[in-house]
Amino acid sequence: MRAESFDARVRQALYANRRWHPAEIGFWILAFAAYLLFPSHLLLLNEIAILALFALSLDLILGYAGIVSLGHAAFLGMGAYAAGLLAKHVTGDPFAGLACGMAAAGLVGLLTSPLVLRGSDLTRLMVTLGVALILYELANSFGSLTGGADGLQGVMMKPVLGQFEFDIFGRTAYLYSLSVLFLLFLIARRVVHSPVGLSLRAVRDNPLRASASGVPNGRRLAAAYTLAAAYAGAAGALLAQTTQFVSLDVLDFHRSADLMLVLIIGGAGYLYGGLIGAIAFKLLQDAIASFTPQYWMFWIGLFLVLFVLGGREIIHSAVKTVAGRFARLGRGGAR
Amino acid sequence: MLTILFDGIAYGMVLFVLGCGLSVTMGLMNFVNLAHGAFAMLGGYVAVLAMQRLGLPFLASLPLAFLSAALVGIVLERLIYRPMYAKSHLDQVMFSIGLVFMAVAGTDWLMGSTQQFIRLPAWLQGRFEIAGIGIGRYRLFVIAICGLLAISLQWGFTRTRFGSRLRAAVDDARVARGLGIPVNRLFALTFALGCGLAGLGGALGIELMGLDPTFPLKFMIYFLIVVTVGGTSSITGPFFAAMLLGVADVVGKYLVPQVGAFIIYALMVVLLITRPHGLFARARA
Repeated sequence: MRAESFDARVRQALYANRRWHPAEIGFWILAFAAYLLFPSHLLLLNEIAILALFALSLDLILGYAGIVSLGHAAFLGMGAYAAGLLAKHVTGDPFAGLACGMAAAGLVGLLTSPLVLRGSDLTRLMVTLGVALILYELANSFGSLTGGADGLQGVMMKPVLGQFEFDIFGRTAYLYSLSVLFLLFLIARRVVHSPVGLSLRAVRDNPLRASASGVPNGRRLAAAYTLAAAYAGAAGALLAQTTQFVSLDVLDFHRSADLMLVLIIGGAGYLYGGLIGAIAFKLLQDAIASFTPQYWMFWIGLFLVLFVLGGREIIHSAVKTVAGRFARLGRGGAR
Repeated sequence: MLTILFDGIAYGMVLFVLGCGLSVTMGLMNFVNLAHGAFAMLGGYVAVLAMQRLGLPFLASLPLAFLSAALVGIVLERLIYRPMYAKSHLDQVMFSIGLVFMAVAGTDWLMGSTQQFIRLPAWLQGRFEIAGIGIGRYRLFVIAICGLLAISLQWGFTRTRFGSRLRAAVDDARVARGLGIPVNRLFALTFALGCGLAGLGGALGIELMGLDPTFPLKFMIYFLIVVTVGGTSSITGPFFAAMLLGVADVVGKYLVPQVGAFIIYALMVVLLITRPHGLFARARA
């Protein structure tokens, strides 16, 4: 009897978390409306959507499973090269490329997950970094396949669904990327609010206790890592398809570091952090690049240092008060 | 073949001088300082500037490189590193990567992105042969200096009062503090020493590794390998790790150049997986 009511309460809590908040719906309406609102900035919007997907991927493992990674670019690059090579040699269909990129990156994630699951945070940071560097060296060495330092050229894409041609203004590109982001976001949202997602958070917070209550820690973490890798692969595939070019840059270390900054800006562990962080990051990059293009690296370094030294708390508390007000407004309507 | 081995040893010696400071700071404060290479770069640039602008001889520029890096290290430790000790590894990594990015871009802005060169004095140029082994004079010089440093460090670490306090603090900082050892001051000193050694290594390594603004990023992984493989509780661990790495890297690049740095990264991952606490780690209670 008591067990049943407990069961019901857990169920209810899960459902309550899963319900859509009005602010979330507003966010996505805005995202799609941006297509009409900023018709001259679609290329930037497309980049934001791709970066958001990439950040969402890191959020899945960092925010929900607590796996730190300094080598997430490995999966971005894997997805980009897989999609690019498929488009170049086999078929230019975007969805085939997307699936191929996700599968390739997911496979790498699955294969490397036993390495990542061992050891402490420090070991994880080093191993993920090492895996990314190895992939970078491989892509650099197999120049005949990947184009090496010149990049992979001659990626020709067919129209999306046979209807919408990719153009130079990024119209199709933005809608395509945003739709993929939205779909994958829905899946991620469903996953983290499911019992599996709950068990991941349990593993993150207290692995010993989680395994004592019957959570298969290793398998859950490996599954989350693989899923996140596939997401990053999707981001890579989108990048390759919408720019129709893949360079070694996708595997570069700075991609992983940038991504960390994105999540630090947005905050990890509530799915929207990556999306908001991606918007802020790209706008910042765009603004800084307009007056000092070559020293972007200095500014990103400065932001990292300031954020960690204490800026993060200030921003997040400010955001929380604002969000708290909105939440009160929203709750007034819902209850 | 033996010549390559000799080059590898010289390379490993420089890596040891560059990395040993990092291993001690990492062991002592459990702080992941990826910006260690930035101090090495600082030392290298100070040496270059001292020789080009001030016309100092090579030997005089080496202590200058050591002192400047140590000084900057002690200032930065006091100002911005100290609040970071209590934070998570992830925060520390982000923080020090931020520092690396700033150092790279700042150096690019100040000095330009070109490779820097130094002119070695005549008595260090060229090579001679002993029993069929070609020995570069400069490499012999590097091995001699770094070998002396390694021996004196090992002596200081194991035989002096400073060393025994340091080892106590590394093993258990809380108990050491309880026994009245000034752990914070000890750490500041060690940090400065480590940064100074990195600066010296950066100056010595110009001839072997090159020097340009991307130096801290390019060699970050090497220092990390030295530390993670060598462990953080001794001098000998990082020393052998650096030797192994130097020889493997040089031999690998001579014999199978197309594989490039691949061997090194693979080696690191394998070692981390099989020996997560370092190659020569003692079992920690």
